[in-house]
Amino acid sequence: MPIDRRLAAHFDWTLFGIVVGLIFLGILTIYSATYSVSEHQGSGLATKQFYWFLIGIVALVTATTFDYHRVDRIAYPFYGVILVLLGIVFFIGHSGGGSQRWIHLGFFTLQPSELAKLAIVLALTKFLQYDEPPAGYRLRDLWMPFALMAPLAVLTLIQPDLGTAVIIVVVFFSMILMGGLKLRSFLYLAAAGLTFLPLGWHFLKEYQRNRIWTFLNPDLDPLGAGYHVIQSKIAVGSGRWFGKGFLNGTQNRLDFLPAQHTDFIFAVFAEEWGLIGCLILLALYLALTVVALGIVSRAKDRIGALLAFGVLSIFFAHVVVNICMVTGLMPVVGIPLPLLSYGGSSMVSMMVAMGLLINVSMRRFTF
Amino acid sequence: MISLSSQKEVPPEFRYRTQILLAIVAVIFLFLFGRLFFLQVIDGERYTYLSENNRIRLKKVPGTRGMVLDRRGQLLVDSRPSFDLLFVPEDAPEPENTLRQLARFLGRDEAELLKLSQENKSRTPFQEIVLGKDIDWASMVAVEAHQLDLPGVTLRTRPRRSYVESGMAAHLLGYLGEIGPKQLKTQKDNGYSMGDEIGQFGLERRWEEFLRGQSGGQQVEVDALGRRVRVLHEVEDVPGYNVVLTIDKDVQQAAFEGLKGKDGAIVALDVNSGAVLAMASTPAFDPNVFARGVTSQEWRGLTTDRAYPLNNRAIQGQYPPGSTFKIVLTVASLEEETLSPTQPLACGGSLAVGNRVFRDWKKEGHGSVDLHKGLVQSCDVYYYQLGQRLGIDQIAKHARNLGLGEKTGIALDDEKPGLIPDTAWKKRRFNQPWYPGETPSAAIGQGYITVTPLQMANLMAIIGNGGTRYRPWFVKKVVSLDGSVIQEYGPEKLGAAPLKETTVAFLRDTLRDVVTAGTGGSAKSQIVSIGGKTGTAQVAEMKGAYVKSEQLAYALRDHAWFVAYAPTENPEIAVAVLVEHGGHGGSAAAPLAKSVIEKYFAVRGEPPPANRTLAGTEGDARAN
Repeated sequence: MPIDRRLAAHFDWTLFGIVVGLIFLGILTIYSATYSVSEHQGSGLATKQFYWFLIGIVALVTATTFDYHRVDRIAYPFYGVILVLLGIVFFIGHSGGGSQRWIHLGFFTLQPSELAKLAIVLALTKFLQYDEPPAGYRLRDLWMPFALMAPLAVLTLIQPDLGTAVIIVVVFFSMILMGGLKLRSFLYLAAAGLTFLPLGWHFLKEYQRNRIWTFLNPDLDPLGAGYHVIQSKIAVGSGRWFGKGFLNGTQNRLDFLPAQHTDFIFAVFAEEWGLIGCLILLALYLALTVVALGIVSRAKDRIGALLAFGVLSIFFAHVVVNICMVTGLMPVVGIPLPLLSYGGSSMVSMMVAMGLLINVSMRRFTF
Repeated sequence: MISLSSQKEVPPEFRYRTQILLAIVAVIFLFLFGRLFFLQVIDGERYTYLSENNRIRLKKVPGTRGMVLDRRGQLLVDSRPSFDLLFVPEDAPEPENTLRQLARFLGRDEAELLKLSQENKSRTPFQEIVLGKDIDWASMVAVEAHQLDLPGVTLRTRPRRSYVESGMAAHLLGYLGEIGPKQLKTQKDNGYSMGDEIGQFGLERRWEEFLRGQSGGQQVEVDALGRRVRVLHEVEDVPGYNVVLTIDKDVQQAAFEGLKGKDGAIVALDVNSGAVLAMASTPAFDPNVFARGVTSQEWRGLTTDRAYPLNNRAIQGQYPPGSTFKIVLTVASLEEETLSPTQPLACGGSLAVGNRVFRDWKKEGHGSVDLHKGLVQSCDVYYYQLGQRLGIDQIAKHARNLGLGEKTGIALDDEKPGLIPDTAWKKRRFNQPWYPGETPSAAIGQGYITVTPLQMANLMAIIGNGGTRYRPWFVKKVVSLDGSVIQEYGPEKLGAAPLKETTVAFLRDTLRDVVTAGTGGSAKSQIVSIGGKTGTAQVAEMKGAYVKSEQLAYALRDHAWFVAYAPTENPEIAVAVLVEHGGHGGSAAAPLAKSVIEKYFAVRGEPPPANRTLAGTEGDARAN
């Protein structure tokens, strides 16, 4: 469909520029992470990531072309389809990497949990688009969004895909807070959660905890939980102020950073570029977040603001959880770093998220 | 809910909320930056130190594999500690110098060690190179004593599999091998990693998940020369479960001894449950060689040897059953009442069918022969005629009832089904009808028919117990170290085609007479009454001439069969013996069956010894 020229004029180049910058850093780091010293060459994954980037651009542009108000119509059907797909994965799912996550569609494998994050954002956007009650939502007003979120979270959790389940819950709470949940209600909920979860955890026996933990966390090394985190912290810490320089990281040469070009790519980056490099990277992520928040606050209507905020919260949660994981502040949950980690599905879904943000920002002047 | 227009202006509270969010985001980023500052600047020095030389290493400690015991608790397979010699070149300032020193201390060839350490070009840095597996005591002491002169050289203890009486039950027990790249892909989720051992064959493969323990590991901080400074974190390994077999070690030994110097197989089954008492196959291999690690030269030797030592002839060897197949026709005739057992047929040494002449092994013939005499004297002409009366489809039906022509279903890999032909098969296979002229050779177990020794032992068990077909099984139970039973196995009926009382009784007396007064005389025992049948399976067709097997080249000699059960009054044990190119069943195979049966009755009276358990082990906390 032809894009209205007036719309195209409002394409958010700032946001787009930051995205491209991040992806560029990612490709550089992937090259280094998979660089073979003995053969003096990269592994070709960096090139592949570049192709994913091109596909991602197409996905991003496509995500800007439609009128986002259609979310109102497609949210629930889309949600339903994803729920069914997650069910299929649960029952007949293809077993990959020790957990049931993929559906083979012949030409590519579909990871429904990747889309589940988007499904919850769309569904909540639809539900919360109307004016909130004057005094804000009470918990009992929100049983429906909760009922929408719970099955997605549970189905991803038992895949087991702990990382995605955590993201879904975080995104859910961010959105209902933004949508107008009474702060007091939220505090009650938070207090209750903080009291009961550790209590329940406390009552479990050590081996039960370990079992739950290893079940939910197939990425963990059975031979001493935390070995990878130690190695990852060594990589980050040994970067110091200025890093060891491009292609000079030693930790990732040793092959004991698990998934050094996917989930642990930040460790490779930090080792080679040091604190100064990390500062630049964090600044890019911060800038992207600030620009996106600007889009939220300037959106034309509630539905646009909520949609923009939803996709931003997916993005932001990924960044924070991944960096906490790599620096040893959080257990390993297998979450990629948006736009940097190697991988097609992560790349494309994050580009779609950026596309939706630009979509909302482009249409803030239309009537 | 009142449906207001969704095209509302953004309420001001959204603006306000984004401002709050901005503050929260800023705090989070500050927090992340603070964490990085802490790691990279405040602790940076320590991490830099740790990153040099890969100071933190993961040492895997494989779990000790469970023991394998016989039915009376006697040890068949155990694990013992052993030492491997490892080298990490990155830990040595001058790797070649270290290796030279090492060669001097151990009296090994310098060039060989250098070659070993350079072989693996694609290894990642700090990956250990194995310079020697299971090194001897003297080498170990030498390495320990000169630790300071050998930077980068370390010893690793590993449990190593040791098979008692090596080779005795090699094909049943199987062997271990290092996990291959393909296996690793499929087994990764089960916690296997590079360099792990995994059951590759036989029991070791099939009961892998029970036998295998759980690996433990240590995170170790090492100094610049690769020497351990301290253990940061340790995960205990968990030993595997013990497996108790239905095999009797002494009976197994008798079977194996009997086959020494010959190629063949012996299977002994418990008639009333299908439990395997012994299963031997020769030539055998030494599974201890695999435990040590097979050199490619040894592997080539094992796989290219003309006698195929890796083949389990008991389940993979498909041979014509020869005269042992006459038991099947006897059963068919009695069950179908084709021919009265007392009705005599004439045997003049040969039978003409169409334009072909089928010979009897006895040139001058057996004279007037009834069913009893036919089996006792193994008269071919009688069975040619009986076969013609039954027809191939009747023969095939009863052969299948007795478990031939299909896999027995024993829990071992690559069992072969053998072949029982009938008209339908001939049509499928050759698109031809079954010719009447093909029936006589089928009737005496030649032609298309093939069976495995296990099937023949199973057949004897079926006629011994009156028609019940069990799945042969050889694992009695799996027990944990504290003796609690994890898994128990028992007889599994696969089919029951009850034989008539009269059939069972006829076979009992006749098979006894085969041994006391017929072709199976060398199986006669003073201890117990044995009933059985000899068989001689032709390998090469001798046109016309009666040549003694001994006069033929080895590869052309007949296979010798003997199948038996005992005691005849109430059979307990069924045995099948096959000796490849052994010549005559009566002389080559029958004595072997006798010694296996006698051994069984010699040890049977003993009460089982108290259950073996390892002292000083704690309860097993593994999940099931």
